[in-house]
Amino acid sequence: MTGVWIGAALLILVVFPIVVVLLKGVLDAAAGIVPTVDAIADTAAKGSADLDATALLLTTQQQARTTIELVAAYGGSLDVILDDAERPS
Amino acid sequence: MSAAAAAMILGVVLIVLALVYFLVSTIFQLRKIVAGLDRVIEHVGGIVEKSAPVAGVVDDINANLDAGVSALEGLLVKKAGMTDAMGLIEGLYPGAAAAGLRDFPESTDVIAPRIGEVYTRGTLTLARLGREAPIAAASPRGPALRDAAYGSAASRALYPAGREPGAAELPRSPVIGAESPEQYEQREDIGQPRKRFPAKQS
Repeated sequence: MTGVWIGAALLILVVFPIVVVLLKGVLDAAAGIVPTVDAIADTAAKGSADLDATALLLTTQQQARTTIELVAAYGGSLDVILDDAERPS
Repeated sequence: MSAAAAAMILGVVLIVLALVYFLVSTIFQLRKIVAGLDRVIEHVGGIVEKSAPVAGVVDDINANLDAGVSALEGLLVKKAGMTDAMGLIEGLYPGAAAAGLRDFPESTDVIAPRIGEVYTRGTLTLARLGREAPIAAASPRGPALRDAAYGSAASRALYPAGREPGAAELPRSPVIGAESPEQYEQREDIGQPRKRFPAKQS
């Protein structure tokens, strides 16, 4: 009978607090991850929204092509109008 | 049942209840984490999708700009000559001549003339173009006095020795413009509200 009492006492006074402490640690760690994940999700959402302007790159690409074509045409005209610095030998 | 056995059962029940409470709470927290990670994956997928064509577009823009730079550098050197081209660049962007032209590595070895030398030569070229323009022929039926194809080359013959002696010792031309290092009119009231003088008492 004494052994049963000792076992019950160990169970209630030692094992139970240890189990509670360990499980509470796991719960606190899991609860600590939640706000971090929410912050990451918010940041990713803002980053994704910032990239909405990348569609304008297609306009920039087309304008760059047009500009270079105009520069090439203008340069070709200058090449005809102006004489060269060095007379070809 | 003895009291000791009842205490033992009580201990087991307490442990099981603690397990249930904390594990269920942990499960709920993990479900929140999973939901948050799903949102992260959704937005990261959007980022990947939106940024996927950027590299190709930027490469295309850079290729076009590279072609433009090459064409303009080649045209400048072809028309002005390497020395005068570097003088023009140095005059417009002080210090840029040291970097040289991208497609002409030998341009870094050129001593850029002062902008006054380049423009003087250009001014003479314009004057010569006017004086010896095709319309200024000796007779309407005669050939033009001006070398129509290489007029500036003809005017360049006015300087057979090349760069004027002592040009390197002359002071540099002043840099002009809004971003010039020397602002010649330094007044503190520029840009400020106009001063109001007190009304005179009659």
